[in-house]
Amino acid sequence: MTAWLVRRVAASVAIVFAVVTLTFFLLAAAPGEPLLGPDERQVDPHVRAELIRQWGLDEAPPVRYVRYLRQLARGNLGLSFSLHRPVADALAEAIPNTLLLAGAALLIDFLIGLGLGIYQALRVHRLPDVVLGNVTLFLYSVPTFWLGLILLLVFGAWLRWFPVGGMSDPILCPSVSSVYCTLDRLWHLVLPALTLGLVGAAGTARFQRAAMLEVAGQDYIRTARAKGASERRVLLRHQLRNALLSFITLFGLAFPFLLTGAVLIETIFAWPGMGRLATDAILRRDAPLVNAAVLLASVLVVAGNLLADVLVAAADPRIRVRDTT
Amino acid sequence: MTLTAWFALLITLGLAAWTVGALRRRSARHEAGRRFFRHPTAAWGIGVLAFFVIVAVAAPWVTSFDPREQLDIIQLKSQPPSWSNVLGTDVYSRDLWSRIAFGARISLSVGALGMLVAITLGTLVGAVAGYYRRWVDAVLMRGVDVGLALPRIFVLLIAIALFGQLPLAVLVLVIGLTSWFGTSRLVRAEVLSVRERDYVAAARAAGAGGARVIFRHVLPNAAAPIIVSAALSIGNVLLLEAALSFLGIGVRPPAPSWGNVIADGAPYLATAPWTTLFPGLAIALVVMALNAVGDALRDALDPRQQAKEST
Repeated sequence: MTAWLVRRVAASVAIVFAVVTLTFFLLAAAPGEPLLGPDERQVDPHVRAELIRQWGLDEAPPVRYVRYLRQLARGNLGLSFSLHRPVADALAEAIPNTLLLAGAALLIDFLIGLGLGIYQALRVHRLPDVVLGNVTLFLYSVPTFWLGLILLLVFGAWLRWFPVGGMSDPILCPSVSSVYCTLDRLWHLVLPALTLGLVGAAGTARFQRAAMLEVAGQDYIRTARAKGASERRVLLRHQLRNALLSFITLFGLAFPFLLTGAVLIETIFAWPGMGRLATDAILRRDAPLVNAAVLLASVLVVAGNLLADVLVAAADPRIRVRDTT
Repeated sequence: MTLTAWFALLITLGLAAWTVGALRRRSARHEAGRRFFRHPTAAWGIGVLAFFVIVAVAAPWVTSFDPREQLDIIQLKSQPPSWSNVLGTDVYSRDLWSRIAFGARISLSVGALGMLVAITLGTLVGAVAGYYRRWVDAVLMRGVDVGLALPRIFVLLIAIALFGQLPLAVLVLVIGLTSWFGTSRLVRAEVLSVRERDYVAAARAAGAGGARVIFRHVLPNAAAPIIVSAALSIGNVLLLEAALSFLGIGVRPPAPSWGNVIADGAPYLATAPWTTLFPGLAIALVVMALNAVGDALRDALDPRQQAKEST
C-alpha cells in the first residue's frame, strides 16, 4: 500500500511538471511581442525595451524556463505583468472565492445528484424515473453558461430574488455588521452555485442511477435476498454500499469540471475567482499569472484523482490486491 | 417568414419523421437495431438530429432572410417573435431563425469534424498502446495522463487568444487535438481484452503484420465503445465551441454559430431574452439528442449492460 502510494504521488508530481513545462513553452512560442497587451500599446518603445530587459524577456525560452523552475522550486511564482504585484498575492485573493463557489456547487451537486440517482433507481422505468430521467438529461446537455444566463434572467432580472452579479453589496458591506455581510455573501452565492451545482447534479444522478442498477443485478444481491434479508437491509447494506464505491471516483472527477465550469460562470456572475483571473491573464498575455493558474489547476485535477484512488482503495479491499498502476 | 419557408419547414419535419421510421424498419432485422429502438428516447434523439441536419443543409429554403442582413435597424431592432420573424430579431435587426438555421451549418460541422479528429486520434493511440503494450503503452498512456491533467479550457484560451484569430479549420483541429485523451483510454482497455482472443492469435500466426491485425481484426471487434464515445463526443465539442464563441474567441462574427449567437444576445438578456433563449435551446436539444442516442447505442451494442438493467 505504501509503495503504491509513493509511486502514485511520484507519478502525479511528474504529470504536474509536464503540464507546467508544456504551458511554459506554449506561452513562449506564442507569436507577438511580450508586454504588448491591450493596455500597453501606448507605452513609449524605449520604456518598453527597458521593461523587457528588466523582466528578462529578451533571453531565449530555455534560459527563462530554467530560471522559472529555479524560482518555482523556492516557492516564488513571480510578478504579474498586468497587475504589477506578486502572482502569489493575486492568487491568494482569488482562490478562497473560487473554493467557496466550488464548495457550494459540490454540495448541491452531490446532495441533489445522489438523492435523485438513488430515488430513480428505486422507481426504475416508472413515471418518476422517466420524468426525472428527462430532466437530468436536459440539465446534463445544456451549456453551463447558458443555464447561468437563464437563471440570471428569471431569478435576477424578472423575480429580483437574487442579485445579478458580484460577491457582496459594494456600498453597505464594508461598513455594516459582519452578520449582515455573511448573509449578503451567501445571497450572492446562490445563483452561481446553483448553476454549477445543477449541471453537476444531473451528471451525478445519471451516474448513480446506473451504478445502483448495475449493483442490483449482481449475484450477492440475490444471495442476500435468498438468505431472507429484509428489503431495507438489502438496499442499504448491500446495494447502496457497493454503488457508493463508484461514486468516490466521480468525486475525484468533479474537480476539473467545477474548475472549467467556473471559468464561464465567474465571468457571467462577475465572481472574482480563479477562472476569471486566469481568463483575464491570458487575454492580457500575462505569462507568470497564466503559468501559476495552470499549475494550480493541474495540481487540483491530479490531487482529485489521487484522492479518489486512495479513498477507493481504502474503502474496497478488492482493489488493493490487484495493485497494477 | 414567407409561406414557402413555412412549407419547407413542414417538409423538414416530415422528412425527419420519415428518417426515424425508415431507420427503425431497416434496423428491425438486427437484434442490436431492435435493442437500440427499444430505448425510450432513441427515436426522439434520431428525429431531433435528423431535423437539425436537414435544417442545416436546407437553410436557405427554410428561412426567408439572409442571416447577416440587417433588416431595419430602426423598426426591427430586438423585436420579439412574430409572424414575419418567427423567433424574433436580434439587436442588429437580423432574423434570429435565419441565424440559428445557418448557425446549425457551422455548429454541427464543428461538432462532427472535431469529433472525427478526436475519435481518430483517440482510437489510433488507444489501439497502438493496447496492442503493443510494454514501453509503447507506458509512454503513450503517460502522455494521456498529462493530457487529462491539462486544464483544457485554459489551454484552448492560450492557443486561440495568443496565436491570433484562428481560421475555422484550425479551431476545429485545436478542439479535436485536446479532446481525444478519454477516448484513447477507453479504446486501450477494449483492445487489451480483444487482443487475447484466439482469432487475433490466428491472424498473427498466419503472418499478418501489426497494422493489419489492428485494423482488420482488433478494431472491428472493439468498435462498440468507439461508436458510443463518438456520439457523446460530438455533444462535448458542440458545448466547447459554444463556450469558446461565448468568450469571443471561437467562431468569428458575423458568421453565425450557436455559441456566438448566444454571445450576441447575452448583453441584452433583460430586454430581448429570446436572442439568448432560442440558440441555447437549439444546443440543448441537439446535445440531449446525441446523449440519448449515445445511451441507446451503449444499450444496443453492449448486451451485458442490458441484461443487468432488466433484472
